[in-house]
Amino acid sequence: MELLSPLILTFELAAVTTLLLSFFAIPMAYWLSTVSFRGKSILESITSMPIVLPPSVLGFYLLVFMGPHGPLGSILQKFDIRLVFTFEGLVIGSMIYSLPFMLQPVQAGFEALPMSLREASYTLGKSRFQTFFRVLLPNIKPSLITGIVLSFAHTVGEFGVVLMIGGSIPDKTRVASIAIYDQVEALNYGTAHFYSAVLFVLAFAVLLTVNTVNKRIGGKVI
Amino acid sequence: MIEIDVTKRIKTATGEVDMHAVVDIEKGGFCSLFGKSGAGKTTILRLLAGLTNPDDGVIRIDGKIVFDKKNGINIPVNKRKCGFVFQDYALFPNMTVKQNLEYASTDKKNVDTLIEMVGMTELKDRKPATLSGGQKQRVALARALAAEPEILLLDEPFAALDADMRFTLQNELKEIHSTLGITTILVSHDKGEVFKLANKVYMINDGVITSHGTPEEVFTDTTVSGKFKFTGRVLKIEKSDCLFILTVAVESEISTVVATRTEAENITVGDRVLLYTKAFNPSVQKI
Repeated sequence: MELLSPLILTFELAAVTTLLLSFFAIPMAYWLSTVSFRGKSILESITSMPIVLPPSVLGFYLLVFMGPHGPLGSILQKFDIRLVFTFEGLVIGSMIYSLPFMLQPVQAGFEALPMSLREASYTLGKSRFQTFFRVLLPNIKPSLITGIVLSFAHTVGEFGVVLMIGGSIPDKTRVASIAIYDQVEALNYGTAHFYSAVLFVLAFAVLLTVNTVNKRIGGKVI
Repeated sequence: MIEIDVTKRIKTATGEVDMHAVVDIEKGGFCSLFGKSGAGKTTILRLLAGLTNPDDGVIRIDGKIVFDKKNGINIPVNKRKCGFVFQDYALFPNMTVKQNLEYASTDKKNVDTLIEMVGMTELKDRKPATLSGGQKQRVALARALAAEPEILLLDEPFAALDADMRFTLQNELKEIHSTLGITTILVSHDKGEVFKLANKVYMINDGVITSHGTPEEVFTDTTVSGKFKFTGRVLKIEKSDCLFILTVAVESEISTVVATRTEAENITVGDRVLLYTKAFNPSVQKI
């Protein structure tokens, strides 16, 4: 069990991150696709930062921000909540780190839908809510799958951010990528091989499944 | 009764203009907005449906105010009961023909009747992507009707179709209008179509309504045909004493010609005919 713990933790983290991100990023992507305002490109640049920033930079600032003396950490401290070196902290860090990978494909999907689909639904007497769930979302399925898979895969593969804000606490924050690093450092190549091979095979299996599924829906994902 | 009296700044071919649209349409009528593309026809349709907001003015439908800038009234688009048929049909790609209608319908029982009315029963389980332009158009019309609108708005619905399909669908639309008696507004740039379907037309040029009235009043006077031999489609046949008066659409022009009984005998509305005259007395006018 101890051997599998980093793998289980990795997939738990990826699953929770992707789930929470879906609730947050899909409405945000829709909102961004419908509005235009001054400063929209600034907002879009900020949300895209995790793509270009070295993960360690992002991790470092999150550590400072969420740490006991940081702006957020000191407030949460009063309620006895701690984010650094905890699983919850990792989830928040991962959500920020993977945000653009969910946001961008989904936003592009919404933007590619003809405006008339939404307008047609409204003229048929339907609310924004009904239109969103019954017309818009089902018609961007390939973008949704892309966003979900990329966020999941990206979270599985992260290293710098989790190392910075998670450390390497067994069963709590030691995810597979960090475990591999630790094992290599300890010259345990066998265990490192095991984790690496599992991630390798899983990554391939996920991409293969998604591409097969999406080919059936139409349009290639990655 | 629809009463529109609004202004809206629009972009036309000649630049930005403040369009002042005053349009009155009787209940159950068939009205057409006619003009070149970019003249503001579609904008009037969108203003009425609530898809675009006027800059100022009032819109009333059957006496009920749906938009009033001064009093801050603006009934949202999904409460206006304006069925809208879009130029690109806007069928929902994730739903079959039947599901498209079911989504729209207020009463599921009407769905099969409507599908049958537009002749799509065989294809009701197909997705829109597998349908032809004419079929999509039929579904779009049936879907708009499924929501039981008070007004039917059609934005150049036949523009993307070939001539024969356009002709067939115009007839079907005419039939549907006379069966259901729903107030209909059609945006068009095809005089023949307007003449055939509408009983009132508003001519719009660069955001200005230049004339309105029956299609005869608006179009016939301005039509000067310079050709001696041309083919056209018969729109209307009227008997006048022992003669017949034929209204014929030739390309985008409308002409009226006199025919004897022997000539008119075999001709019905919709036939293609050849109009010709010997040039004994051509009138010449400098243009």
